[in-house]
Amino acid sequence: MSKEMIKVNDLSVAFGKQPVFQNLNVTINQGEFLAVVGMNGAGKTTLIRTILGQLKPKHGTIITDSDLKIGYVPQFRNIDSDYPLSVSDFIGLNFTGLKWPWMSKTEKQRIQEVIAEVGLSKIANRPLGKASGGEKQKTYLAQALVDRPNLLILDESTASLDPNTKEELLKVVKKINQEQHLTVIFVSHDMELVTQYPDHYLWLQPDASTSGPINELAAQMKEGIVNV
Amino acid sequence: MFSFEFMRNAYLAGTLIAIVSGIMGVFVIARNMSFMTHTLSEIGFAGASFGMFIGWTPLNGMLSFTIISSVLVGRLSGQNESRRESVISAISGLFIGLGILFLALSDKSSSYATSILFGSVIGISHNDVIQMSVLSLAVLLVIALIYRNLKDASFDPIGAKAKGLAVNWYGVIFLVLLALSVSVAAQIVGSLLIFILLTLPAASAKYFAHSVASMMFVAVAFSLLGVWLGLYLGYVTNLPVTFFIATIEALIYIGALLKDHYQSQTTN
Repeated sequence: MSKEMIKVNDLSVAFGKQPVFQNLNVTINQGEFLAVVGMNGAGKTTLIRTILGQLKPKHGTIITDSDLKIGYVPQFRNIDSDYPLSVSDFIGLNFTGLKWPWMSKTEKQRIQEVIAEVGLSKIANRPLGKASGGEKQKTYLAQALVDRPNLLILDESTASLDPNTKEELLKVVKKINQEQHLTVIFVSHDMELVTQYPDHYLWLQPDASTSGPINELAAQMKEGIVNV
Repeated sequence: MFSFEFMRNAYLAGTLIAIVSGIMGVFVIARNMSFMTHTLSEIGFAGASFGMFIGWTPLNGMLSFTIISSVLVGRLSGQNESRRESVISAISGLFIGLGILFLALSDKSSSYATSILFGSVIGISHNDVIQMSVLSLAVLLVIALIYRNLKDASFDPIGAKAKGLAVNWYGVIFLVLLALSVSVAAQIVGSLLIFILLTLPAASAKYFAHSVASMMFVAVAFSLLGVWLGLYLGYVTNLPVTFFIATIEALIYIGALLKDHYQSQTTN
């Protein structure tokens, strides 16, 4: 059996007196590709922020594996056309800490490796501000991956992309998920992508959230039960 | 020209200021803080008049005003960029108002406080050079220590915050460094010049370099070019050095914008 990366027990989160979701139970195993779906306001981003430790639960616990290392691709970023850093320099920003200002040889090699993995080698030295929407998303993905996380969280990362670019990005994620056994949490509204790439789902609802293998969600969608 | 001690001092102090402001400027531009930098240089003037009023040295007055106002701006605006503009307006209004009050209350001549606005590059003493060297070293050392985190917090604040970096605290540390640089440099070369050197060379470097390290290198080069050429032209023509440096830096910036415009047209 795979190792449990995250175990959410009876979790309730509220903003003031307004509950976002209640009594949520879900386990995310190593190597799982979990889709988190739900209506706007169902608490998808709230759940992510609670996992990241930015929000305190009202009730319940989140138990994480002691080796858990999160790579996170946030929903919004404002990179305008004047943004000066190159794709590879932007990716290198993730090597933080109070260390020598210059990058080590291993760090430089890792940046090149992750650039090749997401397919950005051709534009590695181009300013990120001049890259297309899809290239920017791939750069954010590469930045999240560069420090070798074992959990990747994509928070609606595909929302602003055209269908082909979405597929391309998800294919890269799926490949890394399968080859490197990387656990992935994919927050999305896009039911077509959700039923195609992830293997499990978590459907957030105000009182009774459900979770399970992805084919259950696909079956419910066919019957018209799911509408997110 | 170098046979005069005041020219040697001007070149030494100018070079140090150009290096520090070129490096600091890269973060000023990344953090969209040109307005804050301008404001700090004005607050420095107010601080100097406060220092004179209560019998401190103008430098101590400047340091206290700029550091307190920086910390206030950092804490009140946090990561909310749209709020920051208004917070800066409020804080600068308050401090400049206080500066005018102390200038009116003080029985001493206001000429020293006003000279801080425009500086006096040729009046730089050996002590000023030493003071500038100590400041430069201290600022560069702190930047080197927190370089990686400051870089992430400045160039990718949203990503940095998401991964749990104390973005707000790095903002405050940076503002204090900025306040220190502005205060010490302003009494030597004037608030106007330090504002120019902290913003324009780095803003121009953005169009020539695409990594933080190379942007710093280009910004320092533009900054040095302006300072060295400006001092020489000032010496030859006997016209204000600040005018020449400001003009050179502004021309480089306009050139950089034109270059970017031309390049985007040819690639589209």
